[in-house]
Amino acid sequence: MIHFYNVTKIYDNGVKALSDVSLRIRKGDFVFLVGPSGAGKSTLMKMIYREELPTRGQVMFNGRNIARMRSREIPYLRRKIGMVFQDFRLLPQKTVAENVSFALEVTGASRKYIRKAVPAVLQRVGMLDKADCYPAQISGGEQQRVGIARAIVNNPLLILADEPTGNLDPETAKDIMDLFNSINRSGTTIIMATHAWDIVESMKRRVIRISNGKIISDEESGVYGFAY
Amino acid sequence: MRISTPVYCLREALVSLLRNSWLTLASISIVTISLIILGCSLLLVMNIDYLAQQLESKLEISIFLEQDLESEEVRNIGSKIKSTTGVAEVKFVSKEKALEEMKKSLGDRAEILDSLEENPLPDAYRVKAEDANHVPALARSFEELEGVEMVRYGKGVVEKLLALTHWLRAAGFTLLGVLGLAAVFLIATTIRMSVFARRREISIMKLLGATNWYIRAPFLMEGLIMGLIGAVLAAGAVNLGYFALVNKVGQSLPFITLVTGEDVLVRVSGLLLALGFFIGIFGSFISIHRFLADKKT
Ligand SMILES: Nc1ncnc2c1ncn2[C@@H]1O[C@H](COP(=O)(O)OP(=O)(O)OP(=O)(O)O)[C@@H](O)[C@H]1O
Ligand SMILES: [Mg+2]
Repeated sequence: MIHFYNVTKIYDNGVKALSDVSLRIRKGDFVFLVGPSGAGKSTLMKMIYREELPTRGQVMFNGRNIARMRSREIPYLRRKIGMVFQDFRLLPQKTVAENVSFALEVTGASRKYIRKAVPAVLQRVGMLDKADCYPAQISGGEQQRVGIARAIVNNPLLILADEPTGNLDPETAKDIMDLFNSINRSGTTIIMATHAWDIVESMKRRVIRISNGKIISDEESGVYGFAY
Repeated sequence: MRISTPVYCLREALVSLLRNSWLTLASISIVTISLIILGCSLLLVMNIDYLAQQLESKLEISIFLEQDLESEEVRNIGSKIKSTTGVAEVKFVSKEKALEEMKKSLGDRAEILDSLEENPLPDAYRVKAEDANHVPALARSFEELEGVEMVRYGKGVVEKLLALTHWLRAAGFTLLGVLGLAAVFLIATTIRMSVFARRREISIMKLLGATNWYIRAPFLMEGLIMGLIGAVLAAGAVNLGYFALVNKVGQSLPFITLVTGEDVLVRVSGLLLALGFFIGIFGSFISIHRFLADKKT
């Protein structure tokens, strides 16, 4: 579903964040991106949702060459991708339910559909009882659940999660990982960047290790291990 | 559970406008002021044009003939004048008729003419031109006719009026241009403030797959509201002001006729509204344009 062909990314300031990266991710995969800070994990994800363009090489997603997309096609690309961030990125002036329904409104979904889909997805992430709370009124773990609800409410093909447990304690992080697992089991591809080696080890999934913008290992059901 | 739905656009616009209420007020005021100035200069120009037109239609060329011409020659000159292109109407005024007219216009003092032994006035033709702009050229061509002593017309008046309207138009449009730019700039600033206040929301919207038009809409709406409120106020002020002026002039200066009729004010108001619309849209557009730009290949 995702193909990187010799992708190099050099930012305007001259920093080479990715160098000659090739990789392939199949539909339904659950992939961890690991590596030290500044390795290029976030940059790799930004290539997929076209926040950044590759300097050289091609990125294919779902049969489309992302670098060749027109500006007005980008929103439709992003509707196929759910994004989860370390800092949750919820809107503080909107309630939990409004934050989730916002993702549907933005795509022009019908009112009727929104009324049906939002409670269902909040139920799925276990946040239905807090639907009318504001982000400031709930814990970090709960905020991330809302973030995940917002990411999956559009039924995306792919979830990109950039250190989704980075701000959470290990206990809460484990709950969040269980949630990702169940989402993956229902068929959604997940790419997750993380520094949490205990999580990676316990999940026994594919691990792509990046350092200095290069893939240094790519193992099915790998362990994060000592190379870090 | 409360779920917000897409009445979104208007609601967001109003919230933003209230949040930056001072800037909003300033933007609306400058739109209003610039459009009032436009409206006034438009009405002024229309009225002066109208006045010039009225004067033009009364403007005649008088062609005085030499004394002692045969009546044959007088008639010849008359037909030459008639056949000149651009001549709308020709009237012959004999020296006797001219004297009578003079007596009439002198009224009580007409007896000073009685002492004359002989009528000193020449025969004359009075010509109306089809177009007042051609009067000077026509006059010159009549001067060259044989048997013509002198040609007179209301030299200067029309030119001065026309020059005045040109000047007024230029001044009005320059002022409008400057103020219009200021209005666009202020609206752009207001919108930039509200874009800034909502930059986080916008970046999230982009990640969620909102189209640029969807993101733009509330800001365009915001600019539009400012532009239109400004225009409505300006149109109201111009209408009321002009209405009062027409009444006042009608009472105290009845010999001055102003351009009236509803269609004039409707046209002017329509123009003001259209301009307010464009100023608003344009102002917000330039502010969000840069913000929404995606990375290009
Ligand atoms: N917008 C940018 N402009 C310039 N340089 C950037 C930009 N974004 C990232 N970089 C640089 O590119 C390199 C890779 O950054 P990236 O964010 O991809 O690392 P990362 O692996 O996600 O790190 P972390 O684990 O800390 O999140 C770093 O050296 C970073 O400074
Ligand atoms: Mg990162």
